Amino acid sequence: MNRIVEKELLSENVVKLVVEAPQVARKQCPGQFVIVRFDEKGERIPLTIADADRENGTITLIIQKVGTSSCKITSLNPGDSLSDVSGPLGRPTHVEKLGTVLACGGGVGIAPLYPIARAFKEAGNRLIAVLGARNRELLILEKEMAAFADETIVMTDDGSYGKKGVITVGIEEVLQREPVHLAVAIGPAVMMKFVALLTKKYNVPTIASLNTIMVDGTGMCGACRVSVGGKTKFVCVDGPEFDAHQIDYDEMIKRLNTYKAEEKVSFDGYMKSLP
Amino acid sequence: MPVDPQELHADRSQEWRNELRGKLSAKERSALPRVKMPEMKARERSRGFQEVNTGLNEEMAVQESKRCLDCSTPTCITGCPVNINIPGFIKLIEKGDFGAAARKLKETNALPAVCGRVCPQEVQCEANCVYQKMKKPPVAIGYLERFASDCERLAGSIAIPVIEKKSPLRVAAVGSGPASLTFAGQMAKWGYGVTVFEALHELAGVLSYGIPEFRLPKSIVRSEIAYLEAIGVSFERNVIVGRTLTVEDMREQGFRGFFIGSGAGLPKFMHIPGENSIGIYSSNEYLTRVNLMKAYQFPRYDTPIVRGKRVAVIGGGNTAMDSVRTAIRLGADKAMIVYRRSEQEMPARIEEVHHAKEEGVEFLTLTNPIEYLADSAGRVQQMKVQKMGLGAADDSGRRRPVVIEGSEYVIDVDTVVVGVGTDPNPLIPRAIQGLEVTKWGTIVVNEETMQTAVPDIFAGGDIVRGGATVILALGDGKKAAASMRDYLLEKFPGT
Repeated sequence: MNRIVEKELLSENVVKLVVEAPQVARKQCPGQFVIVRFDEKGERIPLTIADADRENGTITLIIQKVGTSSCKITSLNPGDSLSDVSGPLGRPTHVEKLGTVLACGGGVGIAPLYPIARAFKEAGNRLIAVLGARNRELLILEKEMAAFADETIVMTDDGSYGKKGVITVGIEEVLQREPVHLAVAIGPAVMMKFVALLTKKYNVPTIASLNTIMVDGTGMCGACRVSVGGKTKFVCVDGPEFDAHQIDYDEMIKRLNTYKAEEKVSFDGYMKSLP
Repeated sequence: MPVDPQELHADRSQEWRNELRGKLSAKERSALPRVKMPEMKARERSRGFQEVNTGLNEEMAVQESKRCLDCSTPTCITGCPVNINIPGFIKLIEKGDFGAAARKLKETNALPAVCGRVCPQEVQCEANCVYQKMKKPPVAIGYLERFASDCERLAGSIAIPVIEKKSPLRVAAVGSGPASLTFAGQMAKWGYGVTVFEALHELAGVLSYGIPEFRLPKSIVRSEIAYLEAIGVSFERNVIVGRTLTVEDMREQGFRGFFIGSGAGLPKFMHIPGENSIGIYSSNEYLTRVNLMKAYQFPRYDTPIVRGKRVAVIGGGNTAMDSVRTAIRLGADKAMIVYRRSEQEMPARIEEVHHAKEEGVEFLTLTNPIEYLADSAGRVQQMKVQKMGLGAADDSGRRRPVVIEGSEYVIDVDTVVVGVGTDPNPLIPRAIQGLEVTKWGTIVVNEETMQTAVPDIFAGGDIVRGGATVILALGDGKKAAASMRDYLLEKFPGT
């Protein structure tokens, strides 16, 4: 059992939970994730570690309410517990000093991007953050990113904050303006696909961190498989980060929809069960 | 592990045993017919997850135990990887002391209720039964093993052995499958402090996530775990050794010996076009969703599964049989085994093949998939297969399948389960420095001692063997425990 010690609403649909997990907090590195289970009937779902506090033995999870499991988990309050948290899983981000690093985060993808961007900054890189959201209300962690980033560009679809437009507009602005040595893209699959297409045009090496369906998270099941450079890879043990220019996003997007019908059945049942 | 012939002899020479032997002549005993395992009717069982074999009743078990001739040199024991004193426990059943029979089993086997159900007795103990020489069906050793341990469990009086001497030393097992559980039980009986670390939220490894409820009810697995807890074994779930905790951390915490039983968890795929389409599962994923995550009870449980109407399972092993019989229970109208060799070469137990056929599974043997075709949403719709012939024998002694050119055809499917085997999970071998690993990813050990290249680390089960059986894993766990004790006694004299 892992106790929730802190909860914060980052936007209407995005919740930050600080969870007791001392062993994970001690071992985790930027880019890694945990598998979480709400209760004994719950799914095992992967969640990226957004932050960790070794001294207090806690990790921070940032979760968007999208279905039954995420709604159940985000309904927990300080003092409540998650049934299981296991990790850290996945390969850590390879962080080194390269020059200028472009951190591109879309929606809730900004959460896993945050520790990676910070690690690149700490390694001595110039760090430019480009953050995208549908509107001002859905933008998360802007202040936290801006605290260490050399520059932060915000894009909103409706223009309610920052500049109006999709994230690639903000990214292209930087790419046209100055040399970039690495781009890191985390967000919805379709966003990563278009970021990759753009950075490919500018010949900028790019990594994307994938969040696919998983069960065990340790390489046992293969639910998370993706095609990278024509080869099948497991996101849980070979990733979660891959060369963004080699990923078959269309296949990945289809696979993310595997349980669309079941998810609706489950969610409708969950909503009905609420008082 | 060798059997002590003197011990066997002493056991056999007890007065009651001599008396019991004299009650019936060998001729009378061998004239008795072999018992049939009672089972649920195929029609009733194939829509649910209740156990198929329902177990012998007392009368049947005692009758079957009379068939055992109580040989002076019992050959059956040589076929058992953990050397159970087979006539010893069978004669206790004949005597009517079922509790003592269960205790006799537990002397050598920590998991008799499991082994009685999932061991391939037909190629082990029963293959070496003296009845084979007489061209008669062997004594139903597996059924009797199951009977004795079930009796003890159902009576609610599981005997807890007295642990003589407590050692101050602590040892760790990595993974909680059959190899580790056996290791842990043995070390605990010898008085060591044992902690078992499991990566998943549930214990027992393949016994939990792999073998379905209808073949091995999880209540039995839980009871075997409870027994280990009662003799002092501690369990830690959600610990991924190498990630959550390293071996160095554990050495610092005071662990003095390690047993790695992390299994062969990495599923093999065939790497043919379309294999990443929706609806194509590894058998590991399919079975894990159903067994571990209870997807068959979705939406009461949160984990979903594609409930296919036309399901093809690729492979011919026990995992493939478990998968295809699971598909039937999830409501498939058509469930197929697609296997590239003929039925004769199938590695699955005959009983599983038989049960699968009874439940309506179709067998497409000498058939191999070469491509999957999906709709625009990426969902598998069809599989292209080709027919195979059999050529000369290969390394495994089985005839090698050869492609029949131009024999391709297409089968409609909406779910495919790829059950063509597993590889060792690289997570642990990668995380421990100094281990010697083969090109197949298995850990190299001294076969006599199960010791790895790192002196305080021992290993056994599928992480050493690749894909093998529960009972071989058990044998490894026992062997490793014995040699770890020798190692610890030498390194820490007097403990």
